[in-house]
Amino acid sequence: MPRLLRHELLMFEALREGLGEEMERDPNVCVIGEDVGDYGGSYKVTKGFSEKFGSWRVLDTPIAENSFTGMAIGAAMTGLRPVVEGMNMGFLLLAYNQIANNCGMLHYTSGGQFTIPVVIRGPGGVGRQLGAEHSQRLESYFQSVPGLQMVACSTPYNAKGLMKAAIRCENPVILYEHVLLYNLKEKIPDEEYTCCLEEAEMVRPGTDITILTYSRMRYHVTQAAKTLVDRGYDPEIIDIRSLKPFDMYTIGESVKKTHRVLIVEECMRTGGIGASLRSAIMESFWDELDGPIGCLSSQDVPTPYSGPLEELTVVQPHQIVTAVENLCGKK
Amino acid sequence: MVLGRSFEDMCAQMYYRGKMFGFVHLYNGQEAVSTGFIKLLKQTDFVTSTYRDHVHALSKGVPARQVMAELFGKSTGCCRGQGGSMHMFSAEHGLLGGFAFIGEGIPVAVGAAFTSKYKREVLKEEGDMPVSIAFFGDGTANNGQFFECLNMAQLWKLPVIFVVENNLWAIGMSHYRSTSDPEIWKKGPAFGMASAHVDGMDVLKVREVAKEAVERARRGDGPTLIECETYRFRGHSLADPDELRAPAEKAHYAARDPIVALKKYLLDNEIATEAELKSIEKKIDEVVEDAVEFADASPLPGRSQLLENVFADPKGFGIGPDGRYRCEDPGFTAGTAQV
Repeated sequence: MPRLLRHELLMFEALREGLGEEMERDPNVCVIGEDVGDYGGSYKVTKGFSEKFGSWRVLDTPIAENSFTGMAIGAAMTGLRPVVEGMNMGFLLLAYNQIANNCGMLHYTSGGQFTIPVVIRGPGGVGRQLGAEHSQRLESYFQSVPGLQMVACSTPYNAKGLMKAAIRCENPVILYEHVLLYNLKEKIPDEEYTCCLEEAEMVRPGTDITILTYSRMRYHVTQAAKTLVDRGYDPEIIDIRSLKPFDMYTIGESVKKTHRVLIVEECMRTGGIGASLRSAIMESFWDELDGPIGCLSSQDVPTPYSGPLEELTVVQPHQIVTAVENLCGKK
Repeated sequence: MVLGRSFEDMCAQMYYRGKMFGFVHLYNGQEAVSTGFIKLLKQTDFVTSTYRDHVHALSKGVPARQVMAELFGKSTGCCRGQGGSMHMFSAEHGLLGGFAFIGEGIPVAVGAAFTSKYKREVLKEEGDMPVSIAFFGDGTANNGQFFECLNMAQLWKLPVIFVVENNLWAIGMSHYRSTSDPEIWKKGPAFGMASAHVDGMDVLKVREVAKEAVERARRGDGPTLIECETYRFRGHSLADPDELRAPAEKAHYAARDPIVALKKYLLDNEIATEAELKSIEKKIDEVVEDAVEFADASPLPGRSQLLENVFADPKGFGIGPDGRYRCEDPGFTAGTAQV
C-alpha cells in the first residue's frame, strides 16, 4: 500500500504554498495589498513572490484600502482574479464601502453580467496585546453583506485548501486568518488538494454535545476537551470553517446525534457569527434540542492592551468546560 | 446628444406618470461631456459613472430599449430590472456601472485600467490597450477615493481618464461652499498628472481635449484629469425642488445649451441642413417612443429573480440540512434566501 507523501510546514507557509500554486496555475491571479511585494507580506505569506512573479502580479499599494479594494474589484470585473491582503483585517474597515456595495452587490445589481472573483484575506482576531484596533473580528461585521462567502482557516491543511478553493471560486470570498495561528505546524499532502468552501470540518466525533467553533477558538475547545474527557464527557467538536454559508448538514447531523449545542467563538457577543448560527440551528433543528443552545463569545469591549484584561475578553478553556458541564449536567 | 436629451425628457414624463420610481437623476444640459468623450471610445474600452448614468449608457452603445426597460423595472432591462436608474451596467458595451455612492465608481475604473496594463505587462497581450473613463461630479472631487485614485493611477501610469463634470452643485451644496480651492483641474499636477479644463457645454471643445487624453492613455503615458464646466438644466433628481440655484445662473447656462450650440455650428458652417437635422430628431423621437413601448410591453421579473444572480456560483447559498446544496433543489429560487 503506497504511503501518501507529506511535507511539514507552518500555517503561513501553507497559505503561501496554496497562493503560489494558484498563481502558477492561472496567470490572471494576482496579489494586491500593502507590503505584499518587497516586504513579503506582514506575516510573510507572500515572501519571495515579488521576485518570482514580478511586481505587477504582487502589487505593493499605497495606504488606501477603500480605493485599492475597489481597484481589485474593477480588475476582477474585467478578467483578473485578485487576492487582496488586508495587512491586518481591521484595516479593511476602511474598505467597507467597496466590500459591501461593490464586492457583494455588483453581480446582482448588474443582473449577473459581471463576476467578482476576488479573495480578500488577512490576519485578524485577538493577538498578544496588540491593542483594540489590531484585535478585531471582522467576520461579524461582514456577515450581513449579501453576495459574499466567508471562510476561516485554522490548520495548515485547511489554510492551503481554502486558499486554493477561494481563488478558484467565482464568488467573492473573505478568508479569515488568525494572527496567533500562523506558526502552527502540520504535515500536509504533497499531492494537490483543495478544501470545500461550504463544508464544516469534523475535529473530534462524540456523543454528548456538539461544540461548534472556528479559527483560534478551535484550540481552546480541543484543550477544554482534554479536561472534559477526563471528567467523563464525550464532546463532538466541529470546526464550522464556513462562516457564511453555514454547513447545515454537518451541523444538523451532529445535533441529531447529541441534542446539545455549544458555540464557542471569538466574535463579540452582539451580532456575532454565534448569534446567527444559534438562530439558524434553532430554526432548523428545534425538535432535536434537549436544551437551549449555549454560546460563548468574546465580551463586548474594545480589546484592552493589558495582558490580564485581554485574557478576560476572549473565551478561555475553563469557561468552555464549565459551559459543557452546565449544558450536559454533572457526570 | 439629442438622443440623450430626448431620452431624459421622456424619463421625466414617465416618472410623473408612475412608470419609473425611486431616485432618478437626469443629465439634461451635460450631454456634450458624455458625447464628447464616449464617442471616441471603442466597445472594448470601459466607462464608469455615477447615479446620473442614463446618457453615459446610451453614449456607450447600450440600446435605449434596454435602458428604458431597466428604468421601468422590467426583466428585459440591461440589468434584468435588478439595478435601476443608478446602476446601469453592460458587459457587452464595457459599462462597468452606475454607482449610487459618489466616488465608489472611480476605483472600479482604475481597476479596469489596471487590468489593461496587467494584460500588457504580464500576459504580453498586444494591440490597442483598452482605456477607462471615470465620470463623476464636483462633489466627488472632495472625496478620499478621488485623491487616492489620482495617486495610484499616476503612480502606475494606468490608462484611465478622470472626468469631472463640474455642474457647480452637489444637490443643494454649492461647489464654492464645499471646496477650499474650487479649481479641480489644478489638483492633478499635485500628483504629477496631466490636467485640463474645458468648456463642457461645447461638444467639439470637449472632443479635442478628450482625444488628447485618450491617446495619452492608449500609448501608455498614463492618466489625465479633465474638469468640464457644465450645468444640469433640471434639479439634482426628479425629487429635487431646485430652489437654491439663482435664475440668472440657470439662464446663463440655458443660453449655452450644447445641442443648440452644435446645431448653430452645423448650420452656420453648412455641414448639415435644417431638414437633415429635423429628420435626425424625428428618428430619435421614434427610438425613444419605441423604447417606451418596448419597456411597457416587457414583463416584470418573476419570483425566481430574487435569488438568481446573488452569487455567480449559487453554491454560495450553502449546504442544507438534507446534505445537498440548496441550489440543487429545483424549487430553490422560488424560496427564500436562507443560509
